[in-house]
This record gives sequence, structure tokens and C-alpha cells, in this order.
Amino acid sequence: MRLAQYWHCFIGIQIREWLRFWQQRTRFASALVRPLLWLAVFAAGFRAVLGVSIIPPYATYITYETYIAPGLCGMIILFNSMQGALSMVYDRELGSMRVLLMSPLPRPFLLVTKLLAMGVVSIGQVYVFLFIAFFFDVEPPALGYLAVFPALLLTALMLGALGLIIATWVKQLENFAGVMNFVIFPMFFLSSALYPLWKMQDASPVLYWICQINPFTHAVEAIRFALYLQWNSVAFGVLVGVTVVLALIATAGFRPQRTRIVGARAA
Amino acid sequence: MSIEVDRVSFQYGRRPVLREVSFDLTPSAFHAMLGPNGAGKSTLFGLITRLLALQSGDIKLRGRSLRKQPAAAMQEIGVVFQQNALDMDLTVRQNLMYHAALHGLSRKAARQRCDEELARFELTERGNDAVRQLNGGHRRRVEIARALLHRPGLLLLDEPTVGLDVPSRQGLNAHVRRLCAEDGLTVLWATHLIEEVERQDRVLILHQGQLLADGHGDSICEAQGQPTLADTFQALTGAASQTESN
Repeated sequence: MRLAQYWHCFIGIQIREWLRFWQQRTRFASALVRPLLWLAVFAAGFRAVLGVSIIPPYATYITYETYIAPGLCGMIILFNSMQGALSMVYDRELGSMRVLLMSPLPRPFLLVTKLLAMGVVSIGQVYVFLFIAFFFDVEPPALGYLAVFPALLLTALMLGALGLIIATWVKQLENFAGVMNFVIFPMFFLSSALYPLWKMQDASPVLYWICQINPFTHAVEAIRFALYLQWNSVAFGVLVGVTVVLALIATAGFRPQRTRIVGARAA
Repeated sequence: MSIEVDRVSFQYGRRPVLREVSFDLTPSAFHAMLGPNGAGKSTLFGLITRLLALQSGDIKLRGRSLRKQPAAAMQEIGVVFQQNALDMDLTVRQNLMYHAALHGLSRKAARQRCDEELARFELTERGNDAVRQLNGGHRRRVEIARALLHRPGLLLLDEPTVGLDVPSRQGLNAHVRRLCAEDGLTVLWATHLIEEVERQDRVLILHQGQLLADGHGDSICEAQGQPTLADTFQALTGAASQTESN
């Protein structure tokens, strides 16, 4: 296979994802309601309860809205990635997955491209969210919007790969409610999305360490630091490392017969 | 195009679905694979299209093993799945362009092939309609047009007439036979409907994962001493079920 063929395939998959996004734009708009509720309602209510001291990457005292905005960016990607991965092997995307897997190009390439395409659409939502968040006084530096892109893309790929692994291998979690209870909520609440980890350390050292080993924490921190134009080598290192490992496991371990892509799922 | 299925067996867990199935297809001919629901047809198609991994035996296209050269083999195969695999919200043309991209065609080449296939399938005027707006027969035609976009030598159709009314079924069957005759395409048409099979067709009868008969319809009928294909099918599958239950 020539390089040009990979390129045409890559672009074709991206275009299709955007076409679907455009067809279902109302569904995507409604998906923004969740993080906006957190920002506008939850953050307002908890602002008084949670005092946030000066912590990196912030140079001054910040509002609680400013603190949770990067975590909510991560939440948008988390929900979309899990939902996207499930739909790839169980429902809406089954037909398109059959067509995808008929391509003569290598399967790991096809799957990573598909995850990236879904990720880029999620990132579009994140930018709309950040635009609205601006009116809630979440005002990162202008260049931060650009600098955050790689962190968002890596987060999307990492969570998409995780979703694909779960959807392929964990039979008990083949519906969204199961994934929400056992993957999304634990990952989200056991991270630095809603509270700085030093607060968690005060409350429970065990929970603190669980938060520390949760890759979503590092994704949120990578987004937070990049958005404020600062480098966090631990967060980025963990994010890159976990993304590579999960993408390898998800693609090398992908078995259509463990999904509904083939038709009936294997016993 | 030649295809050779060599002693292919497959099981889901401990349940065998295909048992030592071997056959080869005649290049540029129409082949009907006849079998009741659950005979193993879809599993066999899953193996040929690599959706399922081969457990034992091998499948060769133009002499190239699916195990050793999967990419080369996939370029030779066009598939129409039993379940609809079109994006209902996208247009006919967008669906075709997606498939062309997956096969590495440039946008320009893809547009040209789309125009050709849409014209050949008399769908040019429907090109910009959403698939959702088409009737079942037209959707199936779009799927066949799509399967042929990358110009494969082998066209696999897994129960392609499921859910269609009788005239649409007949029309689709006649259409594929024409493609086979005009383009030299090798066709494997899986069905459980005997009326879609003609006596002069090469017929493969699959039942409970075993190939019970392989030959031209006439000669199979003759060998079984039955007047029609339906009787032959009944006799073969009935006898096999009897043996199985004993």
C-alpha cells in the first residue's frame, strides 16, 4: 500500500465523521448541556464551599469556575469517547464498522484513524464549551486555546482506546449505563477535575493515591497546564505513555467476533 | 477470479459452526450458496472477509492466502452484508465516497468511479438523496454499487434480498446475474430462498456447518434422483438432520 492511499483513507474517515456530526448537530449541541450545567450551576453552588488557593499553573486566586473548566473539557471527551467506542461495536456504528474493516489497509491504522476522527469532533465541542465558558469568566490566554489542542487530542485518543478495550473485552459493560457507573463516574470523580488533589490528600491518603494513578487526572492536568501555557512533564509524560499503551492494546487486541460487528456475538 | 476454500472449520466456543468445508469457485461464474438459517453461511462470509479469524484451514484468492497476504486479498473482495451497512443520514454519493476512501482512492478517482457506478446502476439522479429516502431495493443496489467501487474480482452477497418484496428480489437477482455475465465477476450469492437459484447455477448446499452438495443444480438433482432443486434440498437437509439426531 502506498502512502497516498493511507492519506486518502485518513481524510475519508475524518470527512465522514464530520458529515455525521453535521447530520446530528442537535444531538451534539444537547451533549453540551451537561458540562454547562456543571459550570453554571454546580460551580456557582460550590464556589463558597471550596476555596481554591494559588496553585500552579494559576498565578493568582481563581474562581471555582476557572478551576473546573479543564476538568469539564476532559468530561466532554470522556463521555463522547466512551459513547463513541460503544457505538462502534454495539449499535449505531455497526454498519460503518463493517465497511471500515473491509478496507485493505491495516486494522490498527483504521481503528486509530477512526478514534482520532471521533476525537476531533469531540474537540470541536470542547472549543464551543470554552467559548461559552469565556462568558463565565474562564479566560485563559489566547494562545492557550491553541496550545491545549495536542493535550485534548491525546486525551481523546487515550479515552477512545480505553473505551474500545472495554467495549471489546468486558461483556458485562455493553450498555452505556454500565460504563457510566463503572468507568465514567469513577474516572471523573477520582481525578483532579473537580477538586485539587491536595484537598483529597487531606481527606483520605488512599483516595489521593487512587486519583494519582488515574490517567484521567493526568489528562485533566495536561489540559489545565497547556491551556495556561505551562508545561507539566509528569502530566504529559503519563498522558503520552498511557495513550500509546492503550492504543496498542485496543488495536492489536481488537476482535470483531467479540462484538456485534459480525452479527451474533460469539458465545 | 479464483477462490479456494480449503478444509475450513470454525467454532464459537465449543459449538462447531463450520466443519471441514472445502470448495473452489469457478472464475466469472454465478454461485448460489443455499442453506437454511443457521447453516453457517454468515460465518463462512465472516471468514472470507476477515471479520472472523481463521481457526483451521485456509482461504486463497487468486492463489494468495488470506492468512499470509490479507491486504492483497481484501482488495479483491466486494461484500454486500446481510444487514444494511449504509449510513442512512448521509447521501448515496457520500456513502460511496467513504468506501472509495477506505480503499485508498483519491477524491478525484473516487468521484469518477462513483459517477460510473451510479450510472450503471441507474442511480445517478438519486446520488444526492439521503439513503433514508430510498426504498429497500434501491438501498441494496447502492450497496452493490459500493461493493464494486474498488473493482474487485469477487462479489459476496449474504442474503441480499432479506426484507425485499418479490419484484425487488427478482430484479436484484437478475441484476447481479447480468453483472456476472457482462463483467466477468465471480459471484457467491448466499440465500435460504430456493426461488433465487436456477438449475444451471453452480450450487453449494450448506447445512449445519457441512457442505452437503457442490455442483450444477441439474447434476445435484440427478444424483439425488429428485425432480426439482427444492426436493433435492429437502432430501439432503432432511437426511442430514436425521443422521445428526441419530
